[in-house]
Amino acid sequence: MTPGLESYIGLSALLFAIGFFGVLLRKNTLVIYMCLELMLIASTVALVAFSRFNGTLDGGVFVFFILTVAAAEVAVGLAIIVALFRLRQTVEVDKLNHLRN
Amino acid sequence: MGIFLFNLIAFFTVACAVGVVVNRNTVNAALCLMLCLMGVAGVFVMLDAYLLAALLVLVYAGAVVALFLFIIMLLDAQGGTRAPFRMATAVASGISLALMLVGVAALLARGTFAAEPLEAAVGPPVGSVLKEYAQLLFTTYLLPVQVIGFLLLIAMLGVIVLSKRFEGMEDIR
Repeated sequence: MTPGLESYIGLSALLFAIGFFGVLLRKNTLVIYMCLELMLIASTVALVAFSRFNGTLDGGVFVFFILTVAAAEVAVGLAIIVALFRLRQTVEVDKLNHLRN
Repeated sequence: MGIFLFNLIAFFTVACAVGVVVNRNTVNAALCLMLCLMGVAGVFVMLDAYLLAALLVLVYAGAVVALFLFIIMLLDAQGGTRAPFRMATAVASGISLALMLVGVAALLARGTFAAEPLEAAVGPPVGSVLKEYAQLLFTTYLLPVQVIGFLLLIAMLGVIVLSKRFEGMEDIR
């Protein structure tokens, strides 16, 4: 007896919802970034589950691409955060409100 | 047995994901993210995607979390004594979380997935052989592989440009 597709989709949706919650909730840019990564990972769980239950490999190949894009995204995003920190000396999003004035 | 194992791994993964969100200390959040990725790798193993599980551990739990920890320590942004969120934000994001969960629960309860006997449709595990991935990557998905390679090159150049200080070129800021 193995878990069905709906269990995997439920887990994926739950992880995505938690990541979304974190993106809205937290003020630290680095934690927001980690929650974004969590959302990406949740989507890969759904892709792998659909791929397995349909007997094809295409979902797995898409997970390859998602992993690569996520790695590139993390590199660029963290470089932007470091550049921002050098300019403003903070990574809290509620202090980065210079566009408001 | 399979369902018990899945429930165990799923509970572990979700608990670690909640730990990422609610942890006050950023280093602890990053370590929770690593544990959560380990749990997701376990789910991949349950889905017979052994190669993807290994790649997830190598790329994410290895490289990405290490990069996060490095940046946290570089910026000394561990969190400190300030509250990590405001109450109004917590209420608003809690409402949106509840809406999202209700939507997913409605989708699952409607039985769209359970209508077909998906158990019977499951064939032999196709995701466990490296050769089949390579076959797909170098035939059907050759163009996306090239594009991804180019994207990685551009990302590398972008990081260099972002992190380098250009003397005498302050006007490009």
